[in-house]
Parts: sequence; C-alpha cells; structure tokens
Amino acid sequence: MTVATNSTTFQPIAPRPAPVNTEGPLAWIKDNLLADWKTTLSTVVIGGILLWYVPQILNWAFFKAHWVADFNACKVEGGGACWGVVTEKYRSIIFGRYPFEEQWRPLVATVLLVGLLVTSCMRSFWKAWLPLVWLVVLAAFFLLMYGNVAGLSRVETDRWGGLPLTILLASLSLVASFPIALLVALGRRSQLPAIRTFCTLYVELIRGVPLISVLFMASFMFPLFMPQGLQIDVLIRVLVGITLFAAAYSAEVIRGGLQAVPKGQVEAAATLGLTYWQTQRKIVLPQALAMVVPGIMNNFISTFKDTSLVAIVSLYELMGAMKMAVNSDADWRPYIMEGYFFIALIYFAFCFAMSRYSQWVEKQVNKSKSR
Amino acid sequence: MSSTAPPPKKNWSWRSQAFRGVVYQIVAIALIGAVVWFLAHNTLANMRIRGIQSGFDFLAQTAGFDIGEGLYPFDSEESYFRAFLVGVTNTLRVALIGIVLATALGILLGVGRFSRNALVRGLCVSYVEFFRNIPVLLQLLLWYVVLTEVFPAASEAWQLGWFYLSKGGLNYPIPVWATGQLWAVYGLLGGWVMAWLYRRWAHQQFEATGSIRSMIWVPLLIVLLGGVIGWALGGAPTGLNHPVRGEFSIENGGALTPEFLAVLLGLTLYTASFIAEVVRGGIASVPRGQMEAASALGLSRTQEMRLVMLPQALRVIIPPLTNQYLNLTKNSSLAVAIGYPDVVSIANTALNQTGRAVECIAIVMLVYLITSLGTSLLMNWYNSRAAIKER
Repeated sequence: MTVATNSTTFQPIAPRPAPVNTEGPLAWIKDNLLADWKTTLSTVVIGGILLWYVPQILNWAFFKAHWVADFNACKVEGGGACWGVVTEKYRSIIFGRYPFEEQWRPLVATVLLVGLLVTSCMRSFWKAWLPLVWLVVLAAFFLLMYGNVAGLSRVETDRWGGLPLTILLASLSLVASFPIALLVALGRRSQLPAIRTFCTLYVELIRGVPLISVLFMASFMFPLFMPQGLQIDVLIRVLVGITLFAAAYSAEVIRGGLQAVPKGQVEAAATLGLTYWQTQRKIVLPQALAMVVPGIMNNFISTFKDTSLVAIVSLYELMGAMKMAVNSDADWRPYIMEGYFFIALIYFAFCFAMSRYSQWVEKQVNKSKSR
Repeated sequence: MSSTAPPPKKNWSWRSQAFRGVVYQIVAIALIGAVVWFLAHNTLANMRIRGIQSGFDFLAQTAGFDIGEGLYPFDSEESYFRAFLVGVTNTLRVALIGIVLATALGILLGVGRFSRNALVRGLCVSYVEFFRNIPVLLQLLLWYVVLTEVFPAASEAWQLGWFYLSKGGLNYPIPVWATGQLWAVYGLLGGWVMAWLYRRWAHQQFEATGSIRSMIWVPLLIVLLGGVIGWALGGAPTGLNHPVRGEFSIENGGALTPEFLAVLLGLTLYTASFIAEVVRGGIASVPRGQMEAASALGLSRTQEMRLVMLPQALRVIIPPLTNQYLNLTKNSSLAVAIGYPDVVSIANTALNQTGRAVECIAIVMLVYLITSLGTSLLMNWYNSRAAIKER
C-alpha cells in the first residue's frame, strides 16, 4: 500500500559517499605506509633512521669525497671518501700487471667476450652456430692476450690479471663445465650401476668440499699428478679446478631438469624405437635444458663471484689486482677500503645484471605454463 | 595367422641391451682405473724424485707455531694433531654461531618481504640484492679492514656499558664461575621439563576444547623462571669478570678477536641474504587460498602465519636451507684470507712447514666432507619427518 502511494511522488534518497579511492599515489601511501598504527610506527622509525643516515652516507661518498689523485688531500680530518685511490690506480686495478702500453689488448678482448656473453643471452641467437662463435671468440681472446702473433709482443699468463682474468675464468669454466655436467647428470640417472655410482660419487665429493680446497689441490697437488718434466701453467691448473667444481654444481641443476621431464615422454620415445642417445638428444634434453637455463645462470653468477678466491692461490684477478695495486704503494695503502668499494661496485654491476636476466628467462620459460 | 615366438635372446650379442651395459661399465671402470693409476703413479714417482716424505706420522710431531685463538689454549710445543683439532673447533664455532645468526636475520628479512609497510619491503629487497651480489671473500676482507682500521685503538675503545669495541675486537664481561651458576643451569633444565609438560597439557587442551594457549611465550617464561629460581637458590652470585681499559689493550673479561668478528659478520650477512630468498620463496609457494581460508576462519595475522602458512612453507624451505647451511660452513674456509685460524688456515701452515701437501689437503677435505654429509643426513631425517605423508 505505502509503496504505491509513495511511488507517485518522487523522493530522492540521500546521495552515497564517493567510493574510497584505491588508486594513485595518495592511496598507495595510505595503504603501504600509514595503514594502521603498527605500519605508521614502523614507517616513522625506519624513515627517521634513513633520514638520519642517508645524508651522512651521501656526504661521505660524494659531497665531501676527494676525487683527485692526491693522497695529501685525503689526510685532512673529517673528509669523505678518498676516491683518488681509484683515479690513481684504476688501470692497475682493472688490468692487473699487464704491461701498461699493451693494455688495449685486454680491453678489446674483454669487450669481445662480454659482447659475446650479452648476445648469447638473447633468445634470437640461440642457434646451432653459437658454440662455434664461442670457440672463435675464445681463441681470439687468447691470441690477443697472449700475443706472439701478428706483431703483438708475448705476454706470459702470470702477467694477466684484473677484470679480463675474472671474466675469462668465469666464462671459460662455464663453457668447459657444461659438457661434463651434461654427461654426469645423464650418468647419475643411468641404469648402469657402475656409471651411476661414479657420477654420484663425483658430484657429492665435489659439493662436499669448499672451492678453496679444490684450488689448493690445483696449485699444490696438480704438479705432483703430472708426469715428470711436464709443467702446466698455473692459470690452466686453476681453470681445471674451477671447471671440475662448477661441473658438479651444474650437473645437479641439469639433473633437476631431467627429472622434471615426464616419464611418458621417454616411454613414448621408446615405443617409437628411438635409441637411448636419440631419446636424450631429441626428446629429453630439449625439454630439460630449457627449464634449467635460470639455474645454470645462477651457477654462472656464483662462479663469477667465486673467481675472487683465486687471489688466495696467487692469481691476480680483479680483487687480487686491487689488493696488489693499493698495498704496493705506501701512500695509498690507508685508503684500501675505497678500493674495496670500487671493485664491489664492479662485481655488483655484473652480478645484478645477470640475476635480473636470470629472472627474466625464468619468466619466459614459465610463460607456456602460466595462463 | 600363426603367431611367431619372439626370437630367442642372444645374451652375448651387441644387440642385447644388458650386454652393452656390461661392456660400457667395464670400459668406464677401466678408464677411471687407468686415470687413477696414472695420477697415483706420477705422484709417487714425483715424490720419490723430490724427496717428499709421505704419511700421516707428522701429526704426532710438535707443531712449532702458535694459534691466536681457540676454545682451549694451544702452544707451539703441542702436536700437529692438536693444532688440527683447534682448527676444526674454530671452524665449527664460527659456522654454528653464523648459522644461528644468519637464520634469524634471514627469516626476518624473508618475512619482511611480505610486510604491509613499503619501507620494510624496500629495505629487505635492497639488503638481499646488495649482499648476495658481492663476493663473500670481498665482504670478509672489507669487514676486516673496517674492524681493524676504522675502529678506534684499544686505549680509545668505544664503550657501551660493560662492552668495549676497538681494533682489538669486542670485549665483554663473563660471569665468575660459582656454584650458583650450576644451580641456575639445573633450574633451566627443570624449567625446560616443566615447559615441555605445559606444552603437552596445552596441546591436549587444544585438542579437547579447541582453546588456544600460548605455545611459545609461556613456555619460554617457564624456562627463564626456572633458571632464575635455580640461580636464587644457589645464592644468587653476581660476580662478573669485567673487561678493564688497559694501556695497550683491554684486559680481563671475554674477548672476540677482530678476525673472528670479521668472518662471523661477513658469513652471517652474506648467507642471510640467501636464506631470506629461500624463506620468501617458501612462503610464496603456499597457495593464496590458504591464507584467505585462515582469515575466513577468524585467525589473526600472526596466527595465520604461525599455524597455517609456516608449517606448509617449511617443507619447501628446509632442503634449500640445508644447502645454505652447508655453504656457510664451506665458506668459513675463506677465513684463511684474513688469518682466522680455521682448519684450512692450520692446514696451510702445516703444509708449508712439512711439505706434505697431499695429506694436509686430504685432512681438510675429509673434515668438510664429514660435516657436509653429517648435516645432510640430519636434515634429510628432519625433512622426511616434515614431509607430507602421502598415501
């Protein structure tokens, strides 16, 4: 009844309040910084600490820092960082003990190798000829660094150092360890007990010991292993050590990928009459390897960081070169901390870029699975 | 159609898979055997030519070098064997403390990634990205430089209560041993038993009535209370051995050397960034619906985390966490670079003094292998307990 009478005269209801804004910077701040009293409190505390310390750090690192290569200026009390040590020594930090006039050679070689690393990261270059390019570039790297051809003077490997050595150790051990890792991973899943036992033993033994003991072995025991009179360069010995070490870790990553391939795939291949190697090459590996690219990339990052250990067995890669360059000069020795920060920045730049790339690949690989 | 029987298996033919397998294995064993024989033969020949003695008899000889720190005193008159023991305990000491600290920090950082506060999230992300992308050896050396050069000399040590921080390391008071402390330990043990009983009772109550009682704070309080009661019963000794500012160094009290602190700091901060990622991955792996269901049941945010999310996340977290623990232990070998006397550093000194490279490196590898395999066994056992029981 009442409904009928009311409907004759129009009575507007009170307007609703506008919906709470959930977009835009203000809403974001309200949601992420000032949501409730706990969040607000931690925002205030952390913000206060940041406001107090960040300007001090910036002052130290930039505004009060000394950039000119003059160690007397750094001695003034209350000054900031002394980046002069980098300005003064950057060439011996980056290239180690490589002859000064010839340092364009490691520069070109490094640019070549880094360029190849970057192109290998792009999907459109994942072709069959890529390994061939790798061989060519690595050969060019060695020729450039070692010289003794085409009018280049010979530079012994003990003069090599700095960033080129770091990149060489990391990428060469990655390339060399991959085939070993592949075979060992297949061997660990083999039906043949002797081969399986041997591969398991190798992986577990290597993964159980620290890299430094492998490097000690390479530098102290390797000469004993070789026939009398055969001298092997310390660079090669260390490379063998790092490669064998990296191979064990990569083998585990690849094994993970192999296990993720459904059993039905292998059975289907068997019904088609493919042999073991045909099954692996055409069915299993293409699926498994696509999955392990991020894992291999992570191994590469840790190998890149681990190359800093070869400084302990007297090869002067980036860190060893920095320590030698700064410690050999009594005037600059007090500012070695700035030197450490400088190479930390270099390592960070490389590793951060690579880990971002690895995350990107992971997303690409998982694209087919997530819908 | 007459069915034809399959051709009889020819066991000694190249077509038989089993036969091929046997041949492959024999070839592999022969190859490996040849390589091992080649290496061993060369090694023995080289050692004979260079006059290197071999064998582990050197372990009984006097070491002739001092070790700066250790759980028990060591002087140069004692044997190599004792020196190695000191090295192993030093390695284990820094690794164990590092594991505890890195786990605590890593869990905080990993859980912090899910905070509602953007600043907390940002801090956690930047911490992880910063610390895991710089080589751990570089971090150790950097901390060592900071601890030995930036910090003040002992005569101007920073003082915070009874703690002194200087180039000489961290000095702290240690309680003077009295029977009261023994009573306190008994009290703690008694409190632990009481807490265990309380937790059992609380669990039964929960099963019977569904009422939730505190399973962490109340038991913790009971344990502490037991300790305090025991301490009071023992006469409440308060004697502390305070560090005193001497002329050249801080004297008395307990001390942590800068080497130890640098290794501990470096390893803890580095590994914590990896553990944070492991914890984050574990929590992220729990389906979103679980948390929504938990809040639909009316659980608080803490309860959601503790009762629903963490038990499920733990199954994903534990295997990679084990790897991080092993990595930390193995990375403690880098202590050799800053002179902390861990087992690698002792082996290095022994190697240089006796020239027995094979034996010294074998000892180092054996120590790490035993630690690694022991930890993995322990963690596998725990993992099988925590795994979902399927079928």
